[in-house]
Order: sequence, then structure tokens, then C-alpha cells
Amino acid sequence: MKNMEDIKSKIAKRKIFNNIFAIIGLLSTMVGLALLVTLFIDLAIDGTPRLSYKFFTSFPSRFPDEAGILSAWVGTCLVMLVTASAAIPIGIGAGIYLEEYARKNWFTSIIEININNLAGVPSIIYGLLALGLFVYFFNFGESILTAGLALALLILPMIIMAVREAIRAIPNSIREASYALGSTKWQTVRNHIIPYSTGGILTGIIIGLSRAIGETAPIITVGALTFIAFLPPSPVSGEFPFINFKWLLAPFTVMPIQMFSWVSRPQQGFHLNAAAAGMILLVMTLAMNAIAIYLRYKFRKKVKW
Amino acid sequence: MFKKVFSGIVAAAMAMTLTNAAMAADKIVKIDGSSTVYPVTEAVAEEFQKAKKGAIKVTVGISGTGGGFKKFCRGETDISNASRPILDQERKLCKENGIEYIELPVAYDGMAIMVNPANTWVKSVTVADLKKMYEPAAQGKITRWNQVRPEWPDAPLRLYGAGVDSGTFDYFTEAIVGKAKSSRGDFTSSEDDNVLVQGIATDKYALGFFGVAYYEENKDKLKLVPVVNPHTGKPVLPSEQTVKDGSYQPLSRPIFIYINYKSIDKPEVKEFVEFYMKNGAKLSKQVGYIPLPGDIYKKSLERFNKKEKGTVFHGAEVGIKVEDLFKTKPEM
Repeated sequence: MKNMEDIKSKIAKRKIFNNIFAIIGLLSTMVGLALLVTLFIDLAIDGTPRLSYKFFTSFPSRFPDEAGILSAWVGTCLVMLVTASAAIPIGIGAGIYLEEYARKNWFTSIIEININNLAGVPSIIYGLLALGLFVYFFNFGESILTAGLALALLILPMIIMAVREAIRAIPNSIREASYALGSTKWQTVRNHIIPYSTGGILTGIIIGLSRAIGETAPIITVGALTFIAFLPPSPVSGEFPFINFKWLLAPFTVMPIQMFSWVSRPQQGFHLNAAAAGMILLVMTLAMNAIAIYLRYKFRKKVKW
Repeated sequence: MFKKVFSGIVAAAMAMTLTNAAMAADKIVKIDGSSTVYPVTEAVAEEFQKAKKGAIKVTVGISGTGGGFKKFCRGETDISNASRPILDQERKLCKENGIEYIELPVAYDGMAIMVNPANTWVKSVTVADLKKMYEPAAQGKITRWNQVRPEWPDAPLRLYGAGVDSGTFDYFTEAIVGKAKSSRGDFTSSEDDNVLVQGIATDKYALGFFGVAYYEENKDKLKLVPVVNPHTGKPVLPSEQTVKDGSYQPLSRPIFIYINYKSIDKPEVKEFVEFYMKNGAKLSKQVGYIPLPGDIYKKSLERFNKKEKGTVFHGAEVGIKVEDLFKTKPEM
């Protein structure tokens, strides 16, 4: 009987440890979540009264009540468009090459190590690179194009790594089956590798873009403006050829810079504007993440091995 | 996805073939420089664009006075905002690149010395007191209030100040320590003056300096300290009156815009500067700055129309009254 008691007390002890760990895990999760929620509530309390249709359709102004984020959110969207169209194809291409085509030798190892290291390089360095390369060498000027490409460079390593992770998760038997049926490498990649890894790739892309959307340092380095009360030329026009690319070379500002400029002003009213802009930026980022989660779910359902 | 890839490549290719000439068709006035001057120039730019109904576009950046001059002297901007006169090395840089300019004062900026409202012992400070607190030799040594003046309490002294890259810091050190950018390193400095406001508002033993505009917005959290004028020996509080009549010295200074001489030929830049001088008094006051006295805006406009190029300064100078700027002829 005494033995039985012993075992019981040991089991009870283990259960306590089990519960303690569960509580630690829960608390750790809550810390991150609580911080985000507190931040958001704090921003919402200050910023919500400023949110109105006018806030989205007004240019910056010296009167906090009249100031809006029109040039900032348009700038952010256009810069993101450039970033996405540059980083996505290059990132996917590089990821597929490194995983599927490249031979494993010292040269590809060096490339791999460098890509991993690049992901950790401070963003201001990319800004300086972009300033020298795009602004002065290619003469793109302090434009949307320059900013978009700078951010594309910044998130490229992240996207490449995400693509590789996604591709690596595909079991080798799929490739072998494809080759057994006589497919070429390209056919295998086109019909199997890309479709099966789309979920992971999209997640990587959107995490990269969510990082890019909040970046300030490289954008300031390449010369984003603070006061700009006009929009870039519209990419779509009524006359032939209907699309134009003039906007790529237009001067611009983005959301984080507009926020930064407002936060450093003495008047309380501007601080409320900054809170409202911060809330919108946060919503934009959360929305992008939500899309990533949805897409991943959707593509995962499609994959049937 | 492949469509997206393709369109991305096409977009990049199209961009390569575009030249900056495509943008030059728009009338743009490009301005960059000091964050201290920024609110004034922003206000003028806002009103100017409204008055022109969008026919002329104005962009304003904040790279700091030094960063602004770097771009200006490369010929990248039409106008540079400056919270201090152009320095000798910047003059040299402009000369090397063949950039000439016109220098115009646009408003006054007063620097305020502030303490916590619970501070009952400080009635006024002298330049010598401030020097004792902020000079490089004070580092690690002057850490208590009674070390500055024996009658002040034996309590820790915690110092705050504008960021070391700002024109405000340059001017403060020039005026107090006697050498620009020379100060102790162990004080709390921030480019964001609101951080300093928070710091002083929550610390009974704090003292700091920054722009008067930040005091105006935080009157309930801070206490303004009169600064003894070294010439009259009287303690003076910063106000529109004392800054304008020159009795709040040495911590008030004019702020400037520099206009690229070549840009004056562009009608949009000329119109903008004229608009600036005509509305500068009203707009600088609206954004919390102290307008220049009397007919200075008129005199500036005259100088601009006569195209008198160059600066009247020889390096950073302290205690210059804005009237004196028009007694000498500017030179390159």
C-alpha cells in the first residue's frame, strides 16, 4: 500500500510540473499578445477620434485638425507595389534555383551563408546602398522607384529563405515520381514544386512585405519627403496607352515618415494624428498577415499527395 | 503568377528608359534641410499651393541643417532650410560645385531653459551657470545642484538637451560653451523634443534646453527659467517681446532659408520666395515661432529682388540681431 502512495505522489508531482510548464507557455504567449493589444488600444484611444473620411483624403497641414495622410498612404501603396514586383520574381527565382538546380559545392555554400547573413543586416545599410546605386549611379532620383527597389533588396533574403523552406518541405518522392514519368526538371518545378510550395512562398512574401511597409530608415536615406501635398501622376489614364510609368520617378512620402514627423511636433493635435496613422499602419500590416494565413490555408487544402 | 513576374520585368524596363526630364515638365520647388525651420516652411508651402491651386508643387524634406546643405551644395534642391548660418566648410563645398545662393532670415527661434514645476530653488540662471553644467569638463564631475551654485540644494542634477545632430545643439553650445558641438557627453539628448518634455516633467531635479514652441504646448508640465542677459545683468524670460527686442540673449537666434541662385530664374521659385516674405510674419506666428520685427521681411524681399548673393556671416556667430544682417553686404 505504501508503494502505491509513493507512486501516486510521484504522479501528482509530475502533473504539477506539467501544469507549471503549460502556464509558463501560456504566459509567454500572453506577453506578446498583451503588448500588441495594449499598444493597439493605446493608439486607438488617442487616434480613433481623428479617423474620418477626411483624414484619408487630406494632405499634410500645419493645422493638426486639417492634416491627413493622403500622400502618405498613396506613397506607401505605390512603394509596396514596386517592392513586390521586384522582390517576388527575383526571390522565387533565386530560391528555386538554390534548392532545385544548384549543385552542392563550396560556391553555393558561400551564397547560402551570405543570404542568411544578409537577412540580418540593419536596414539603414540597404538605404545607403540604394542611395549610392539607384539615386546616383542609375540616376533614378529620390523617387518611388528608388524606395521600392531599396525595400525589395531589404526583404529579398527573407523571401529567398521562405521559398527554400517551402520547397524543402516537399518530399523527395514527389520529384522522383515526376522524373519517373519522364518530366524534365522545368516540368517538375512548374507542375509540382511551385504549386505545392505556394502556401509557404506566399507566407514568406507577405511577411517580407509587412516588414517593408513599416521601414523608415532606408526610405529616409534615399530621400523621402515630409511635406508633399500632391499625388504622383496616376498610373492609369484615359488615353492611349492607358498605363504610364511616370509615377515611378515621382517624389513621395510614406506612412512611417509621416508619423515620425507628427510625433516630433510640439502640438498635442499632431500626436493624435500620429496615433491615428499608426493605427492605420498596424491595421494594414495585420490585414496583410491575415491574407497570408488565409492563402496558406487555401493552398494547403488543395495539395493532395 | 507568371503574368505578375512578366509585368514586373516590363515595369522595370519601362522605368529604365524614362528620364528625369519627364518629371521636369512639372513645376516643382524642392526644399530640404532643418527640422526646426520645417514647420514654418511647411506652413508657407501649404498656403502657397492653395493660392496657386496646385499649378506649382512644393516638396519639403527634413534632412537637418547640415544634411540639407549637403544636398543644396550638390544642386539637388532649390531652397535649403537652415537653423544656423552656413558654415565655412559648407561654403567651400558650394563654391566647388559652382552653387551660389541668397540668404534670407525667416523667423526667430528662442531656446528655453526649463525645469520641473516642483523645482523651487532656481530663480534664474546665468550663462556661466549653464556653461558650468554643460561644458565638456563637467562630464562626470558636476552631478549635483550645489556644485553649480552653493545656495542650490545638495541634490542630483540631471541634464537634458536637444539632439547632438541638430542646429539647436550647435547653437546652444556655441552660445554657452563658446565652441559649437562642444559639450559634456553624459546628458540625456534626443532629436525628439517631446522625449525631453516627458523627461523634465517627471524629474524634480532635471534641467534642459530646447525650442520655446515645445514649452508653449506643455506649460502645465514645465517651468521656464529666466536667463540673465550678459550685457544688462537682468534675468529675462523668453517671449515674443524679449526675443524681438533682443533682450533675451544669447539663447535666441534667427532661422534662415538659402535659395539657389540659379533657381531664381525659375518663376515658380521666385514666386514662392516672394510669397514666403509676404506671409512669413503671419505664418511663423501660427506655428509657434516668433516673427521677425517690423520691416525685416520687406528688407529681405528687397535683398532677394536685388539678387544680393552670399552670406553676411563668418562661421557661427552668437547674439546677432536680425537688423544687423542688413547693415553689411553679403558676400560669397
